[in-house]
Amino acid sequence: MFLRMLMRAAVLRRGRAASALLAMIVAAAVATAMLNLYVDVQAKLRKEFRNYGANVVVVAKDGQELPADALQRVESLLAGHGMAVPFAYVVARTADGQSVVVSGTDFGRVRKLDSWWSVSAWPQAPQGALVGARAAAVVSPQGAPFDLSFQGRTIHLASAGTLRTGAAEDSRVYLSLNDFESWTGVQASTIEVAASGPPEEVDSVIQEFGQALPQAQVRPVRQIMEGEARVLGKTRATLLAAAVLIILTSALCVLSTLMGWVFDRRRDFAIMKALGASERLIGGFFAAEAAMLGAIGALVGFLIGVGVAAWIGRVNFHAPVVPRLNVLPIIVVGSVAVALISAALPLSMLRRVQPATILRGE
Amino acid sequence: MFVRLVYESFRRQKRRKLLAWTAITLGVSVATAMIAVATGIGDKISRELRTYGANLLVTPQEDTLDLQIGGVDLRPPSDGAYLNESDLPKIRGTFWHHNIVGFAPMLPVNVSVDGGPENLTLLGTYFSKQLSFGKEEFVTGVRITHLWWRVQGAWPDDNSQDILLGEGLAAKLGRKAGDSIAINGQSHRVAGILSTGGVEDSQIVAPLLVAQQVLGKPGAVRRLYVSALTKPEDALARRDPRTMNSELFDRWYCSPYVQSIAYQLQEAIPHSHAEQIRQVAQNEGTVLERIKGLMLLVTLAALLASALAVSAAMATAIFERRGEVGLMKALGAANVSVAALFFAEALLLALLGGMVGFGVGSWLAHVIGQSIFGSQITIEPVLFPVILAIAVTVTFAGSALAIRRAVKFDPVHALRREA
Repeated sequence: MFLRMLMRAAVLRRGRAASALLAMIVAAAVATAMLNLYVDVQAKLRKEFRNYGANVVVVAKDGQELPADALQRVESLLAGHGMAVPFAYVVARTADGQSVVVSGTDFGRVRKLDSWWSVSAWPQAPQGALVGARAAAVVSPQGAPFDLSFQGRTIHLASAGTLRTGAAEDSRVYLSLNDFESWTGVQASTIEVAASGPPEEVDSVIQEFGQALPQAQVRPVRQIMEGEARVLGKTRATLLAAAVLIILTSALCVLSTLMGWVFDRRRDFAIMKALGASERLIGGFFAAEAAMLGAIGALVGFLIGVGVAAWIGRVNFHAPVVPRLNVLPIIVVGSVAVALISAALPLSMLRRVQPATILRGE
Repeated sequence: MFVRLVYESFRRQKRRKLLAWTAITLGVSVATAMIAVATGIGDKISRELRTYGANLLVTPQEDTLDLQIGGVDLRPPSDGAYLNESDLPKIRGTFWHHNIVGFAPMLPVNVSVDGGPENLTLLGTYFSKQLSFGKEEFVTGVRITHLWWRVQGAWPDDNSQDILLGEGLAAKLGRKAGDSIAINGQSHRVAGILSTGGVEDSQIVAPLLVAQQVLGKPGAVRRLYVSALTKPEDALARRDPRTMNSELFDRWYCSPYVQSIAYQLQEAIPHSHAEQIRQVAQNEGTVLERIKGLMLLVTLAALLASALAVSAAMATAIFERRGEVGLMKALGAANVSVAALFFAEALLLALLGGMVGFGVGSWLAHVIGQSIFGSQITIEPVLFPVILAIAVTVTFAGSALAIRRAVKFDPVHALRREA
């Protein structure tokens, strides 16, 4: 009986029920999308911030060398949450006696870590060098092959491409680590690490590095860490403010629509009351109706909201926002609560009125 | 007659009108605040991104190669060319000087401490130097460009002989703020201990003047870091200015691209070479675009939500007045005049709601700007007519369907309240 009344009520007054449901769905969808975005935006933006390069630097302490397996140790500690690139440096001399800094590194990794390097062509073949824009003018002005010497040993290099960064790298010559080590016998002294994750994770990674490599100094690149924290914090705060505003507006919209809907049905209320239904039964009936509306609206809205968030993620970050299922209970409870409140308010108003007055249409 | 109808309708149905008005005001406030925040956020985040430090580096044109490893310059100080310190204030005379947040000159020299070997780096720079260009006075230095530098103790005065010790070096030498230290035989006071998380932690940082005295070259500057607010790079920005025609060049020159600011810096400082620091400059653009895009899409969602809120409120308000419509039609009113009445009411509500909503929205944007970014979010006056137009359009659109249905309703049913 109770169920049948619920069903009939919804079917008979399709128009009003549909508009109330629509308001509910839109509100739930918007709230879902905003909450999903708010939770996920940090991870999305962090990924963008990793483009700034290393946030942790591991350097051999004065007079000490990094162990040969330092890179493997660092990588195993990172366990896939980041990237590590080794660098080795010496000052070499060109054929006409000028000093130039030569660095050995892993081109494949550097390319991923330092995505801002503007490189005309990456070296592929052995003995290929990446020459900084300023260094190029000194070592091989026309891009011709050149010789470099270090402690009496000479290497013959082909200039594969030029490198432009606007910083110290412009005055250096980069070789592959293999070429570099067989030429100079010097090992990598610096490992630049881009550790992903929130600041606490990066801090714990730094501590682990320190323990695993006692001969190294491990320090965070504060410039990168602080900039990231600041911009992220402000963006999230703005998004939160926006989310609160939007959710509040849609909740109020739902409230007014639903209140109108319940208020509109004061004649049903009066008839039920005149036929002898107890106030508890009527209250239960309207509450069940509102709760059902809230729940259905929340579920449909959640699905749409997840879609909207995913779309925003795809358009803006080129990666979909992963749906957060833990948002669902919040949305359902919130929707049902708003629906119940908007049913309770007009009912408490109607309760004071004689059914006869309503039925007479006054 | 028409005016009186509208007036009476507002006078007698205060509750319903208030409800609809509240919905419109609320919707417009949120829309205004979100539009203002979304248009202002690029500027705000751009300033926050300056935490990453300078995005332009100016070096002497005829310089020898840097011999920098791990931030330590191995080049003999006699080598290479220098910029002239007296040219620096000219930066304030460039076209985009309002976009230049600050600059800091650097002059590294080798010194000996406490009579030891000459193997320590002393970096001369501005901390917070008072300069003037023409009549304009301004302050610049590392305290503006290198925001991540922290000092325990006090920052030295730019005109004093006081210095900062990097924290690593201070620990090694056993000095703390307030102690004195002999640099190349001269006694200096340690004003504070500097922590940067970079190579400066094992260096001495001093006013530029001190470094120039050590070097014996007054007015010399090795490099200049410039921190500028820039526009994200696009296809035009990447083009070579030498290949542009004059019209295109003007457009390029008058856009705050990092490239055009570099070009203008080279013009302002003789014999210099300005280059973007790609690590900072390139990534800035991406991050900025992402955040702006995000806020734009969120604003769209906000607009949609408020439009629906307004439509729902209007539809409810009209739906409740079927009886009235029936009565008017029974008395012989044409459909057109009934619709006109409703639209006139909607217009009035939209204008009232739009104006108040704009005020509330501006205040909200102000609160958001102050509490999150600590600075004002400016609201363009042109936004006001736009917001009013949006309010009226949305209110009309929201009412249209309900009005159509109300007008089509048979007056007999309406009067018998058989809805």
